[in-house]
Amino acid sequence: MEVLVASAVGVLTATGLYLVLRLRTFPVILGMSLLTYAVNVFLFASGRLTIGAPPILTGGVTTYTDPLPQALVLTAIVISFGMTAVVVMIALGAYLGTNDDLVDDPVDTDKEDAA
Amino acid sequence: MSHWIIAPIVLPAMLAPFIVLAARYHIGIQRVFSLVGVLALITISAGLAWTASDGTIILYQLSDWAAPFGIVLVGDMLSTLMILLTSLLALFVMLYVIGSGWDERGRHFHALFQFQLMGIMGAFLTGDLFNLFVFFEVLLIASYGLMIHAGGNVRLRAGVQYVLFNLLGSTLFLFALGSIYAETGTLNMADLALRAQMISADATVGIRVASVLLLLVFAIKAAVVPLHFWLPSSYAEAPGPVAALFAIMTKVGAYAIIRVYTLIFPPNLEVTAGLHDVWLMPAALISLALGMIGVLAAKSLDRLVAFAVIGSMGMVMVAIALMTPEGIAAALYYIVHSTLAGAALFLIVDLVKSSRPSLALTTMPPIAGAALTAGLFFAAAIAMAGLPPLSGFIGKLLILDASFETPFAVWIWAVVLGASLISVVGFARAGSVVFWKANSIAPPDDLEPQAPPHFLSYTAAGGLVVLMAAFTVFGGYAQAYMTATSEQLFAPEPYIAIVVETEGKLSDSTEEGDH
Repeated sequence: MEVLVASAVGVLTATGLYLVLRLRTFPVILGMSLLTYAVNVFLFASGRLTIGAPPILTGGVTTYTDPLPQALVLTAIVISFGMTAVVVMIALGAYLGTNDDLVDDPVDTDKEDAA
Repeated sequence: MSHWIIAPIVLPAMLAPFIVLAARYHIGIQRVFSLVGVLALITISAGLAWTASDGTIILYQLSDWAAPFGIVLVGDMLSTLMILLTSLLALFVMLYVIGSGWDERGRHFHALFQFQLMGIMGAFLTGDLFNLFVFFEVLLIASYGLMIHAGGNVRLRAGVQYVLFNLLGSTLFLFALGSIYAETGTLNMADLALRAQMISADATVGIRVASVLLLLVFAIKAAVVPLHFWLPSSYAEAPGPVAALFAIMTKVGAYAIIRVYTLIFPPNLEVTAGLHDVWLMPAALISLALGMIGVLAAKSLDRLVAFAVIGSMGMVMVAIALMTPEGIAAALYYIVHSTLAGAALFLIVDLVKSSRPSLALTTMPPIAGAALTAGLFFAAAIAMAGLPPLSGFIGKLLILDASFETPFAVWIWAVVLGASLISVVGFARAGSVVFWKANSIAPPDDLEPQAPPHFLSYTAAGGLVVLMAAFTVFGGYAQAYMTATSEQLFAPEPYIAIVVETEGKLSDSTEEGDH
């Protein structure tokens, strides 16, 4: 299971980074989403991987899974969800205004001439 | 347990929704509430700073849960100094916003402003690393709104860059937190400080990775080269007063570095040896040089100030990377100075922009109210470039003095003095092109005379300059206070003791809390 989780984090991060480096808003936002999935799985694994163990204290149980990373992941999911919504809106605004979806500064000599 | 320490977070958090829900259509009411809120923040912060000034550490356990199970807020000299600085800066920015009418050019400015303050205050006060992440997100999401306030295509595009870069930073922060939790099993700063010392010298891979990731995250916030690329566009394109408020945001990164790398990973900790002197110091020196070269090379006034901010953050980082009590004291002095100077410059740039077709450094007809604006620019530029008599000079002197006996002395002196010279030339060139040469060309016949900016705008920009002057005149007291703050940082035992040992819910089980 460790191999599976570790490679999931690795693959998600690698694809996420590749997409972020495309420098067009749609792939970049997809890449950001993949990166946040990767980090969520990573956070979840930071409390050690335990199967079939309860996260709360109950009588007659000796193995527990760490509940804190689950709470952290929940917070991280909510935050990244909100952030993705914000960046989609801003990117949409920028795209509709300038008619291209490049992320980096345009190499634009007209602007300086006009200024 | 006094509840005052959570007031700087709760007050803006209540005001912001109130402004959105109840005062949405009344700009006057919004202004009154926002201004009163900021004044109340100054009072509370000053009270907290007064309480902490004798070395008292104010602890607040949320819902009375004992650390490390609950989240704690901790106010020591450094935290309270930073919240006082933030609230003072917020007052002048707010005055400027009201005077210049920036808040009427888009909606919800005051609500976003209050949320921004809430995030910054929380980041300074929290004693928990994950909570620090949450407050970073609060201040970031508010800053996204403020950054694209009043819209416009160029601003939106810069906003996309800014948001994406910071989202990447947040992801990195989560990776860092995950590694720290996996290694130590806690995220409370005081508890982490205890556990980091217990890690045996032959199992340090994880904690080393975590500490470097954390440093990278804070370096993104503090715009240290090579992680500074987000800053010039976003600060130049953001509305002037928003950029002025953002002057404190880079300091949040600097604050976090000081806090984490004195408390959790102190310089004498074997595990993370070499982090600040081998890695941070060169990056800081390059930031300083690159920022000041950017000042000279900038083609427009707003970019020039943005690069000056990068340079001044480089200066702060040089002092921090020394990791000595003298170095941190000098860094704190310079942090206060560069926040005020950077904010004043951004406000002045906005004054210039209000009656000039663009901010390009080319000769154009004189702006409205040129004499006063030029005078303010002159004073703020002197401060930023670090010439006597203003506080930049004292700050720089303190940094040079602190570095004198370290092995880096030659490098630091060469880069600091060289960069200062370059920035003096850069500012002098910009000032003479924008203000002096404007009189050398004949104004076009169809030019209508424009009204000079509102007197509140001048009050705000001038107030920051006066504050800087006061910071220079009372430099002796300020420096003594910074030295005391720095000594408190380098003797973290009382901080750790009060956080870990104060009783609360669940505190009985802390003895075997090693899960």
